[in-house]
Amino acid sequence: MKSTLKRAGYSKVQRQMNDVFIQFTGRVIFLIILLFSVNMFLAGHYEPGGGFVGGLLAASAVILLLIAFDFETVRKMIPINFHLIISIGLFLAIAVPTALYFFGVPFFTHQHTYIDVPIFGEVALHTAVAFDIGVFMTVAGTALLIVSLVGGMDD
Amino acid sequence: MTFIHIAIFLPVIAAIAIAIIYRYVKDVHLGWFVLPVPAVIAAYLFSLIPTVSTDGPIHQNLNLMPRIGMNFDVYIDGLGLLFAILISGIGALVVLYSIGYLSKEEKLGNFYVYLLIFMTAMLGIVLNDNVLMLYFFWELTSISSFLLIAFWYTKDKSIYGAQKSMLITFFGGFMMLGGFIVLYIITGTFSIREMIGNVDLIIDSNLAPFAVVLILLGAFTKSAQFPFYIWLPDAMEAPTPVSAYLHSATMVKAGLYLVARFTPVFAFSELWVWIILLGGLITLVWASFNAIKQDDLKGVLAFSTVSQLGLIMSLLGVGALAVATGANEEIFTVAVVAAVFHIINHATFKGSLFMVAGILDHETGTRSIRKLGGLLTLMPISFTMTLVTALSMAGIPPFNGFLSKELFLEAMFEISHANFSALADWSVLFPILGIVGSIFTFVYSLKLIHGVFFGDRSYDTPKEPHEAPALLLISPIILSALVIIFGLFPNILSGTIIDPAAMSILGTDTALNTQISHWHGFNNPALWATVAIIVIGGVMYIFRNSWMFIYDYHKEHFTLNYLYDQGLLYSQLGSKKATDGVMTGFFRDYMVYIFGFFVLFSIITTFFTGLPITFDDFADVGIQDMVLVIIILISLAIIMMTRSRMVSIIMLGAIGFSMALFFAFFRAPDLALTQLSIETVTTTLFLVCFYHLPKKSKHEETIKFKFTNFIISVGVGAVVILFGLSAYSNRLFESISQFHIENVYELAAGGNMVNVILVDFRGYDTLMETLVFGIAGIGIYALMKAKVKGKDDNNEEHA
Repeated sequence: MKSTLKRAGYSKVQRQMNDVFIQFTGRVIFLIILLFSVNMFLAGHYEPGGGFVGGLLAASAVILLLIAFDFETVRKMIPINFHLIISIGLFLAIAVPTALYFFGVPFFTHQHTYIDVPIFGEVALHTAVAFDIGVFMTVAGTALLIVSLVGGMDD
Repeated sequence: MTFIHIAIFLPVIAAIAIAIIYRYVKDVHLGWFVLPVPAVIAAYLFSLIPTVSTDGPIHQNLNLMPRIGMNFDVYIDGLGLLFAILISGIGALVVLYSIGYLSKEEKLGNFYVYLLIFMTAMLGIVLNDNVLMLYFFWELTSISSFLLIAFWYTKDKSIYGAQKSMLITFFGGFMMLGGFIVLYIITGTFSIREMIGNVDLIIDSNLAPFAVVLILLGAFTKSAQFPFYIWLPDAMEAPTPVSAYLHSATMVKAGLYLVARFTPVFAFSELWVWIILLGGLITLVWASFNAIKQDDLKGVLAFSTVSQLGLIMSLLGVGALAVATGANEEIFTVAVVAAVFHIINHATFKGSLFMVAGILDHETGTRSIRKLGGLLTLMPISFTMTLVTALSMAGIPPFNGFLSKELFLEAMFEISHANFSALADWSVLFPILGIVGSIFTFVYSLKLIHGVFFGDRSYDTPKEPHEAPALLLISPIILSALVIIFGLFPNILSGTIIDPAAMSILGTDTALNTQISHWHGFNNPALWATVAIIVIGGVMYIFRNSWMFIYDYHKEHFTLNYLYDQGLLYSQLGSKKATDGVMTGFFRDYMVYIFGFFVLFSIITTFFTGLPITFDDFADVGIQDMVLVIIILISLAIIMMTRSRMVSIIMLGAIGFSMALFFAFFRAPDLALTQLSIETVTTTLFLVCFYHLPKKSKHEETIKFKFTNFIISVGVGAVVILFGLSAYSNRLFESISQFHIENVYELAAGGNMVNVILVDFRGYDTLMETLVFGIAGIGIYALMKAKVKGKDDNNEEHA
């Protein structure tokens, strides 16, 4: 990004100097990776995937944007506070296992049920998913926080 | 999860709401939103009194981790209920008081959130049967106390006091955990009631003295007993509502609670009885002696609190004898009743005194007794409250302090007759120590009343003194009224609260039917002791100027505080020296330490155990594996050869991606996926950091340096390969994966075993890892921000 280029010899990094191809494709691929990460996440319980991988993938989608554009632009594109994502993630990760007491079972004994949805057929509902969302958010938020901090450090 | 559990966690749940309200509501004082929480809990607990005193203890189970015995089992008996009512009742009064005390400009959000966390922690301690949970809540009170003492964190003294209290109480808490573990080893249970049931095992065990000492360390540090009391006077830097609440009425009594709770377990032990009895009496005398010298109003009250806690502690010591010798022994039962009664009384009069001290501070701008004086006409309500409560503390009739003090003296007299130990000859000391401590108490109580309200009106107070607003006065007025009511009609307490509490300390089911009376006749030695205390104390106060010089003999170098400060200083210097010797600032050196130790200890271990390896059931090596290995080897070679950092990073990435392929070949798609995404993110991170990395150092790469590195890397490689082979060759027990394969659909309704393990079977691990992940991110954030702000960039040299 900016700093890398600086070291490579560009004294002043302007937005125009960045590659227009990566900027254009980056925007498209960003969405694809993001959708793929959601797919990864939801597939988790039956096929490879899950909150951790999904979170990392989501983070890498944003990182791609960071590479294509500079830090400030990405901030404007995605005006979300990474701290907030981490906090919500951690809250979910602790609140879901605690809330399981309302089912009358010990901490972290996940509950599941199957419901029939028209068109989709039988769909599983599982409290582990809510917990995994917490993991997803924490992982994505933390990875992004670190990368954006290190990347945006010098300005 | 029952209603009681929700009641205990209500403050923490409310804290979340309070934090949000603090953000958006600025017009109304935040305290008004907090006030209903302790009030509701108190009302609920009051409604439980009839149930507990007639039907016996309430027991509600809540499984947390039943396999290892860590459950949140609520157990409400008389003792727990008494403490819980004190916590919530005084909590409500303190919150009300704090509305008047703290202005809206203060960081009220922080204050009330800490306070609410403390409430939950404290309720959790006293309404709990499981020692692991008790330890958890115990440390939570220490943390919230630390945060509250450091509320005005810009002041050095606040930080000092907070650190001191944290170091001492955490030390004690940790020791206490050790005691619990010893008890677990002996009895095989974490439940206190089951421990009481298995008391025979504890009596027979050789480990019991360790448990006694360790648990008492926890109790003594928390309850500020000699010699650990030094943190409490420094904790007075906290806002006054906090001092009244945590450091007088509730938290410091947690140690007393612990001792009371474990009395049925340890009463057989003479060690237990003697430590509590002597520790309590020494604390009583020493702290009350020191209280007289203090000039700061809150200083006097802090030492006074310490000494009163010592008094209750010694009573519990006598009570432990009651349990050991059988609860029929009238004398000792009196001691337990006195202890319980004094816990209530102390909470009322000391809470009120603290609040009045806060009022004086608020309205005059100073807490120095020397600067105050002659406020009688200016602050008549405060004066009346001080008079009532200080006289109660001094043990003057007809206030409640008199009743419990007299019971205390009675117990001390009786114990000198009891023949219970080889050391019984010394027991004549007990009443003497008790009377001496009470005399000092009388003197400083007089000093409080006389020094502040009588004498010449002084004019060097920073503010013009006037009576406090009603908001500040309500809470202390309620407490002072209770002092009088309990003093005149003590028996409204005895049947409802004191008896059930005393019965649970004594571990008995037989009703006590206590009647507390004001008059015991002229034959009662306690009566004459009280008269002597008043006379001697009065004389000592009148002639105070002629004996105060003895405090000058107590030089600074002999105080415990000096010991603590020096200990802290030298441990800091020592650890700095130790780290400076090891921490060179070069990452490669740390790697050398880590891997050097790894190799060394692996070799030592295998030397003793042997390393059997068989090559029987290994799979064949396919072509694709060979290709990957060759790629990895080439990348490694390039990393070692190249001088360019960029090439190293890319090659490192190549190794990572090859590893991901390996996982894919070995049919571990989850691992492969995770490895891939981690590799992507870390490579990016490397590239991002690229600019910030220092120039390659001109470190002279001597032959010796290279040779050491070579040895260590070969060693690490060999050890890892050998251990891997050995681990594969020796399957000592069936792998757990079979269980997972069988149950993945049965128990968790999942298809992907890896993920089910992560979110369900081993969910706790994942929770903690997530937490670590989040903390690491926020930690890096803090470090980076601190670095950007600070101009000191020297550290960059060593990155």
